Formats: sequence, C-alpha cells, structure tokens
Amino acid sequence: MSDTGRGWGFVAPALLWTVGLFVVPFAVMAAMSLARLEGRDLVWGVDWGNYAQLAKPQIARAVLVSLEITLTVTAVSVLLAYPLAAIIAFRVPPRWQRLALLLAVLPFWTSYVVRSYSWLLVLSKQGVVNQALLGLGLVAEPLTLANTRFATVTGFVHFFTMLLTLTIYANLMQLPRNYARAAQDLGANGWQTFRHVILPLTLPGVVTGAFLTFVLCIGDYVTPQILGGNNELSLPQVIMVQLGRRADFPLASALSIVLMGLVMLAYLLCARWLRLDRV
Amino acid sequence: MTAPVTLDRVAHSFGPHRALGDIRLEIAAGEYVVLLGPSGCGKTTLLSILGGFVRPDQGRVLIGGRDVTAVPPARRPTTTVFQDYALFPHMTLRDNVGFGLRMAGVARARRHEAADRQLALVGLEGAGGKRPHELSGGQRQRVALARALAVEPEVLLLDEPLGALDLKLRRSMQDELKAIQRRVGTTFVHVTHDQEEAMAIADRIVVMNAGRIEDQGPPDRVYRRPASLFAAGFMGEMNRIPARRGPAGVETPLGPLPVAVPGDAARLTLCLRPEALRDGSGAWDLGPARVGDLAFFGTHFRAHLIPERAPDLRLVAHLPPDRAPDSVLRLAVDPAELSIFPEEVP
Amino acid sequence: MTRLLAWLYLLLAYGFILLPVGALVLFSFQDGRLPVPPFQGVSLRWYADVLGDRDLMAALLNSALVASGSSAVACALGFLAAYGLARHVLPGAALLRAILVLPLAVSTLIVGLGLLIVASRLGVGLSLWTAGMGHVVINLPLCFAILYASMGDQQRNAERAARDLGASEGQVIRLVTVPMLRPALVAAFFLSVTLSWDEFIVSFLLTRFDVTLPVEIWSMLRSGLSPRLNAIGSLVFLVSIAVVAAVELVLRPGRRP
Repeated sequence: MSDTGRGWGFVAPALLWTVGLFVVPFAVMAAMSLARLEGRDLVWGVDWGNYAQLAKPQIARAVLVSLEITLTVTAVSVLLAYPLAAIIAFRVPPRWQRLALLLAVLPFWTSYVVRSYSWLLVLSKQGVVNQALLGLGLVAEPLTLANTRFATVTGFVHFFTMLLTLTIYANLMQLPRNYARAAQDLGANGWQTFRHVILPLTLPGVVTGAFLTFVLCIGDYVTPQILGGNNELSLPQVIMVQLGRRADFPLASALSIVLMGLVMLAYLLCARWLRLDRV
Repeated sequence: MTAPVTLDRVAHSFGPHRALGDIRLEIAAGEYVVLLGPSGCGKTTLLSILGGFVRPDQGRVLIGGRDVTAVPPARRPTTTVFQDYALFPHMTLRDNVGFGLRMAGVARARRHEAADRQLALVGLEGAGGKRPHELSGGQRQRVALARALAVEPEVLLLDEPLGALDLKLRRSMQDELKAIQRRVGTTFVHVTHDQEEAMAIADRIVVMNAGRIEDQGPPDRVYRRPASLFAAGFMGEMNRIPARRGPAGVETPLGPLPVAVPGDAARLTLCLRPEALRDGSGAWDLGPARVGDLAFFGTHFRAHLIPERAPDLRLVAHLPPDRAPDSVLRLAVDPAELSIFPEEVP
Repeated sequence: MTRLLAWLYLLLAYGFILLPVGALVLFSFQDGRLPVPPFQGVSLRWYADVLGDRDLMAALLNSALVASGSSAVACALGFLAAYGLARHVLPGAALLRAILVLPLAVSTLIVGLGLLIVASRLGVGLSLWTAGMGHVVINLPLCFAILYASMGDQQRNAERAARDLGASEGQVIRLVTVPMLRPALVAAFFLSVTLSWDEFIVSFLLTRFDVTLPVEIWSMLRSGLSPRLNAIGSLVFLVSIAVVAAVELVLRPGRRP
C-alpha cells in the first residue's frame, strides 16, 4: 500500500466518527431549522419562519438575556482572575505556588450540576449568606438571592474565574522574567512595568481565555436553569423548552444555529481585535 | 556618563548554596572589566547584585561613591544587556530603545530622536520602525545595547551578551563592543565564560571560581602569570608538570630548576603554556623530546611531545608555523614564563 | 501597603472560590433535614442513605462505564488520526485537522441536539450507548489535539531509527511511538474521563431509562435542598479529585528517563 493510502487508513476511523456523528447531524439540524411543524407532522422545505420568531419578544428577550449575562460574566471573571493569577505568580513564594494554584481551582473538579447546586446552599433564603447577614443583624428579612440573574452570574463567575486564573497564571509564568527586569532596569515602577510590558504581552492569552469563557457561558443550560430559575430565560433554556413541551425540533434547531452564530460573531470580533494588536 | 564601582566584602547565598563569598573589587570609571569563570562560579550573581536585582546578604555596593546596596534597579545608575536581550516583542525598535527615556518622562519627539541616534550608533540606522522578531541575533544584540545606553547609565552591565551568537559573529561583535565603550566612556562590566572573548575586550579580567575571585589583572598578565592553578587552567591550554620542593629549588622529572617557591607545600605543579616551549637553547634546558602527533593551525604547529627524560609525560607545544619541526627537538624554556603552584588536592 | 492589599485580595478570592464547596461538604455531614446553617452535628447517615440508593449507585456505575468506555474509544481514534496526520503525507491535511477539532468550537448543547434529531429520525432508541457515542464526539477533538501536539521531532527520529533497524510500521507504533507518547496518552485519557464524568447536557438529551450520575442528580434537584444531594455531590467531587491525583501519580514516575 502507498504511504498516502496507509495514512488514510489511520485517519479514517476518527474522520468517519466525526463526520458521521457530528458533521452530518449538524447538517440535518441546519436543514431541520428550515423545516416547519404542522400539528405533530414535520414538513421539510425552506421556510424561514423559525428564524422570523426571533422577532417575538419572548425569544428576542432570551437572546438579549444570554448576551447580557455572558458579557457581564466574561468581564467580571477577567477582572477577578487577573489580580488573583498575578498575586499567585508574583507574590506567593515559588514553592507554595503549586499549592496556591491548586486551592484556587479546587472546585473546578466538582461536577457541573453539583457546583451550581452548591451555590444554592449559599444563596437560598435559608442559605449561608442570608443566615450570616441575619445573624449579624445587617438585614431584617432574608434577601432574595437565588432564582435571580445575580445568582446565575455568581455561579458562572465562580467557574470562569477559576478557568481564567489558570490560563492567565500560565501566561504570566511563560513570560520570560527578564522582560519585567528590563523594564525596571530602565526606570519603570511597578505600575508602569505592568501597564507597558506585562499587560500587553499577556493580552492575547487573556483574550483567548475570555473568548473561551464567552463560548462556554453562552451555550450553558445548567447554571441558569438551577440558579436563575424561570423568571427570565436564557437562549439555551428556551431551546430546551422547545424540545420538552412541544417537541418543536425545527425551532430548537433554528435557535441553536442562532446560538452558534453568536459564537462565530464573538470569534470574528476577537480575531479582528487580536490581529489589530499585532500590527 | 561614567562612574567607579566598589564592591565591599559582598557575600550572598541561595539557600544552603554559597554563591558569593567576601568579594572585594574596585572598578575604575570608564574601565572595561570582564568577569570570567565557568557556569555556577557566581559571576552572574555578582552582576545581578550590581544591577540591583539581587540584594546581597552581606557587604556594600558603591557606585560613584554612593552606597546603592538597597537601591532598586529602577533608581540605579546602571542598565543591563540581558543574555536573552529581553527586547519587548510588542514594541518597535524605536519604542524599545526609547523605553527608558519614556519612563523618565521625556516627550515623544525627543525620545524618538534620541532612540534613532542610539540605533545609528550601533549601526541600525532607519530600522526604528521594525520589530524585534524581524531582526537577526546580532542585530537584536545591538538593539539591546542601544536600549541600555539610551538612558546614559554610569555603569553598563552585560550578561553573556554574545553567548547566543555564532563564533564568527561573536568575534566581530567583540571589536564593536570595545569600540562603542571607548566612544561612550561608560564603565562596562561584562560577564562571560569564553576566555578568548575576555582577552579580546577587557582592560581587566576578573577570574572567578566557586564564589571567589581567583585572579584579576590585565589580560596578558593573567594569561602569562596566573595567580592560581584554577586561573592558569581556565585562561587557556596548559602543560602541567608534577614537581616537588628540593634542596636547591624545584625537582621535576625533566631536571631540577633553581627557583625559589613561596609557601611550604611539598608537592607542586609546574605550569607551562604551549607557546613557552621552544626548540633550541634557553635558560632552562628540558633535554631532547620526540615529536608525536602534529597539526597545522595557520598561526602555529601544534605538537605532542614525548620528552626523553620522562617518557611517561606528554607535553603540548605551539611551534613556529614557517616550517614543519624536526622529529626530535631540543626543548628549552624561559623560567619567567613558568608558574608554580601547590599541587591541587582533589 | 500593596503587599497587605494583595494578601487581603488572595484571602477574599479563596473565600469566594471555596465557599460553595465548603458548604457542600460540610452540610453533607448535617445531622438534620436541611443542608443549611446552623450545623447541627456530624452524622454519616446521608452517606449511608446515598450508598444504599439503588438508582444512584446504578447511575454511578453507568457514569463510570460511559466515561471509561468513551474515553478509551476517543483516545484510540485520536491516536490513530494523530499518527496518520503527523507521519504520513495526506492531501488536504489542514482541512482534515480542522474537521477533527471542529466539535470543540460548538457548544455541547448543539452536539447533543444534532445527535438527538438524527437518532429520532433513524428510530434509534436512546440508551447509554447513544450517550457514550456523544461523549466520544466531544472528547475526540481534545484527545486528537493533545496527541497530535506531542508527536514531536524527537519521536519522529526515534521512529526512523527503528524503521532503519528493520521494524515494520506496526512494530514501530507498538514498540516506539506508544511508549514514548505514554504521558500524553495518559493525560488525554484522564482528561477525557473527567470531562465525561461531569458531562450533563449530552447525557441528558441522549439517555432515557438508564442515566448517568449527573442526570440522576439533576432529577433529584426537583425536590429542593437536601443533605442527600450534598453527600452524593461530595462523593462525585472525591472521585474527580482521585482521578486527578491518579494522573499526577501515573505521570510523575513516567518522567524518569
């Protein structure tokens, strides 16, 4: 057999798996997004009606809610994670850094569903926070913290702060120590060293991490469902509603394509922005 | 600008490892000093202490008479050319070279002008808009030099600045470094493990080993008359002849030598550079020797010699290149070219 | 001053990060009906309750099976593809690599939905098998990317040396490539196991009667806060930590020459 032939032999199983169980289902889903539901019957065709539903207030609102939550979470997580990563990288003595980092990402290894549930323990009416506030006499009545957007954002920020701390820490450690030394040597103070040297050099890593946050956050169903409740629905929640109640696969498919479109948009924005940075 | 430097009984340890012990060193203003030694000898630690990146456990550092031991790098009159150059990859060459002036609050137009002037000084005119990754290794080295000189430091510190360059480029950059130092007049302290590089550029070589200064002086003196066995070996190829103290000087397998040896060690090592061995007559006659392997090096013939008086001993000699040596030579040495040390206890 | 602020920040950050897990584990020992303050004393009854629950233990076993099975398949397929693309010249190699990592760019909800639609069109019943196949789709790109990135020139030269000494391609893979890639294979496998162990949405969409642990926990959530959930959550956490620790232990000695 030729070299190329043998090569194909090695690649074929993975390729068939990906094409058969990802590319083809995705194409079917895309076609489904243009189909229509009449009663319980599916009518294939090219019908943009599902996408037109974006104009409905309930669905437009879900897109908006998802975007608002995701952008807030991304911004807050970056702002929390950067100082944390920098303190671990630059202030914690080297031999304690591994431990410090491990502690900072320990809950990363709790199960996804369990992590959201454990925030309920903290935020519910009888939860840790309310009991503490009541105990200290800071509030007279328990606050409504769970089943709000605040709870969803908190749960997300918790997870993505850990993720971003890991990536930003790795970025900071990869930075040759001599860059900061050179800046100080030439008269820069701590803030100037950060502003002119460390921040610009870690920015590509930060943007990559922020993009990852955006992608994972906007597509997540579990956290808003457990912590946000049903007061306002995010896009993934609306998609799941279509699957459950009405089995409206065409609309669910169309909304999934919209979800993917939002991710693509974010990617294009990041890519453009990154390239600008390099010029 | 330029200033003298004084290291006063400086000592430093990293955990249990003693990196430097009781270093005393005076460097004159405008002098080009090379710290030479094998890796781990403490030369880079010493440079870091001069630059303010490491604060010594003991001792004082004075620059221009001022005690700077506790002064951070940003406020020291020193700048460093780093081994990996540490050029900021996200800035143009102009912004790299102008960085120190920017930190000092110099206006953009003036610092760009100064940066372009510095780039011209190191032979990179018109390259101010480029970025570090567009340059060759040698060019990056020049930019690092320009960046460090742009703030007009009193002392310039160079950490193995030529280490990343290939041999040919290194030799030509040596000459250029020396020329630039002459032009700007700044005190240069340069760290290397390459003794040829040290001899090519230094006004004074400081040989270091295991956290101590073994020898210091002008290159020719340190080469010809090293102060220690270690310095002798590190400065270049050396014939070592075992010897012992005798009634009238030194006894060697090649005959007695009437010289006085200070100290009281009984067993000695006699050191002889390959070029000190000559064919003919001299003050000390080593007797006849057979020529073994022979190789031509352009500037000399390198010969392995087997002396008849001590056939177990092998000597290396550099002989004049004008004609191939005979198969048997009569060896002679000028005692002034000999160094004698107590035998090294392994 | 900045030093003090830095330590204060570190303390607050740790508080924020560890608070929910702390509450989870602490109140799994609650001697009472609600996993909220005040803490009423240490009891192991919720653990006993959880370990005696047939459905939960079945789900736990299902999760372990799906995680290890799908990870093994993803690793094997990923390894073969990485080897083929790194060691053979294929037309359109860049496109092939792009297709293989494509599922990474899409949220798992979409992967699950696509498979659900196809399964219902084809009339394939939902089971642990369909969920496992979905997990392979998610984990294959990661395994491929990790293994492809570790097939460096050092390995290539060792493989050439083996070929030079008369080994067949199969022998080269078995005797040189796989042993040299062992750390990357172990890392890819266990990363895949931890992701699959925690995966919810694909399992949720693609299982019906036999479910994985996260799906079982999800259905328990409907009855609200309960120390049982704390106990099973703490156990799941423990398993994840054990897997991560195992990877550390397996990879550490692997660094010996």
